[in-house]
Amino acid sequence: MQGRRPGARGRFLRAMGEYLKPQEAIPGSLYRTIMLAGGLGALVVWGVLTYGGFVSSLFLPSPTDIVRTGIELYRDGSLIVHAKASTFVIFSGWAMAAALAVPLGILMGSFKVVEALIEPVVDFVRYLPVSALIPLLILYIGIGTAEKIAVIFIGTFFQLILLVADVSAHVSKDLLDAAYTLGASRAHVITRVLVPATLPGVMDNLRITMGWAWTYLVVAELVAADRGLGYLILDSMRGLFTDRIFVGLMVIGLLGFATDQFFKWLHRILLPWSPKV
Amino acid sequence: MAAPKLVLRDITMIYPARRGQAITAIDRLSLQVQEREIVSIVGPSGCGKSTLLRLVAGLIRPTSGEILLDGRRVEGPGADRGMVFQSYTLFPWLTVQGNVEFGLRIRGVGAEERREIARRYIELVGLVGFEHAYPKELSGGMMQRVAIARVLANDPEVLLMDEPFGALDAQTRSLMQELLLQVWEKTRKTILFVTHDIDEAIFLGDRVYVMTARPGRIKEEIPVSLPRPRTLEVTTAEPFMAIKRRVLSLIREEIGKQS
Ligand SMILES: Nc1ncnc2c1ncn2[C@@H]1O[C@H](COP(=O)(O)OP(=O)(O)O)[C@@H](O)[C@H]1O
Ligand SMILES: [Mg+2]
Repeated sequence: MQGRRPGARGRFLRAMGEYLKPQEAIPGSLYRTIMLAGGLGALVVWGVLTYGGFVSSLFLPSPTDIVRTGIELYRDGSLIVHAKASTFVIFSGWAMAAALAVPLGILMGSFKVVEALIEPVVDFVRYLPVSALIPLLILYIGIGTAEKIAVIFIGTFFQLILLVADVSAHVSKDLLDAAYTLGASRAHVITRVLVPATLPGVMDNLRITMGWAWTYLVVAELVAADRGLGYLILDSMRGLFTDRIFVGLMVIGLLGFATDQFFKWLHRILLPWSPKV
Repeated sequence: MAAPKLVLRDITMIYPARRGQAITAIDRLSLQVQEREIVSIVGPSGCGKSTLLRLVAGLIRPTSGEILLDGRRVEGPGADRGMVFQSYTLFPWLTVQGNVEFGLRIRGVGAEERREIARRYIELVGLVGFEHAYPKELSGGMMQRVAIARVLANDPEVLLMDEPFGALDAQTRSLMQELLLQVWEKTRKTILFVTHDIDEAIFLGDRVYVMTARPGRIKEEIPVSLPRPRTLEVTTAEPFMAIKRRVLSLIREEIGKQS
């Protein structure tokens, strides 16, 4: 190598050596370029497969097909109806789960008494497939929106409670002890130290379980639905409207992504002190 | 001599068995701290130094023996015995000022007075200008300064320090030791300082207690008659060295017993 200018191959090998170190950071511009290339690459592969006629549109519609169908469904108003219905179900089920699971999880992680009381039950229930519980849910609460909300609730509640319990169990003992030696009573330690200390972790887990809630959507809208993105997908399957299925998937993905970004933004706004910001 | 500020009499601490054996962390230990004194405790790691401070703080109860502060028995934690930990224990959701005001707020001190007291102690530890910073924006040394200010703002009877500079790099550690002595010159608080760093123990202390390996007992009490105010220069002079040689040989004996 010495003295001679490295050829293209040399430069490539050197770049590989530099950027493929485990856990090593790479320049931000390079990261964005690669990210863009990944996205474009997927799009190109998709385009070649569909426009090139390698795959039947019955299996994989082309990007323009999907956009066209999407616009159609938007124009006739049905897409908005479906998206609204699903969003309502998801947010209601998830919000109820969060409202109960966060306080219970904090208690469970902090007090051995509570842990012994509810952990076995939670560990049992969370392994039950939500879809298998649907017949019972229909029996208990009927086939309306409430049943769909219940599916989301069950899908997220039992996971969230354990995640939050883990967060509160990992609050540094020294942090609590420091508060005691500053004159805090037990009630003070719980309300002014333990609870705020869990907030970044709780916030993260709320975001993560919201993601899971979206993945339960199709299960929730499996039975007796007349609207919702999950329903759109299931209904399109009957007529083999693959393009509509893809529109449904795209909208779920986009809404999920938007929710995720919203939560990250909320985390920055509400908890500017959080080490995760 | 006046009645001692803090008395530990025949303290034994046995951690009950979870699995396996119960651990005797401290065995019939007695010591005294005079008002306005800085007392250092050194000992090999695992000898029960943190246990000792947690007992004085009232965070745990001794299996037997008693702890007296100004003649009153310690029954639980309280603001009269503020503790600074080795780990960073600032409340991340509070600013520097919020952290320093924490104890005052709990006691119901009014906002105006709180701010005034916080300002005084933030100045004392040299953090003017950082009042509104969150802990995540501070270096390790700065966080420990805030922790010291936070405890002092409570005006405690005794300051308990458990290897507070143990996680800092060597340069920052020396700076913090000098800072602590300056703070002491101004506040004259009684300090019980635990460390495994022999230089630190001697540099700071009026007396050094050397502990035995587990179960922890007092092996020897060594007076440090170096004049105050002290600066780091004393650590290179012969009187300091003589004390250091003595402490070192005592500690070596204990580490030898362990292995
Ligand atoms: N909560 C606890 N339960 C059981 N054993 C403990 C507990 N805390 C400390 N110990 C044991 O007591 C001994 C003294 O610990 P510690 O006081 O932390 O020592 P040091 O601070 O001197 O390193 C160690 O053997 C440690 O394992
Ligand atoms: Mg210790």
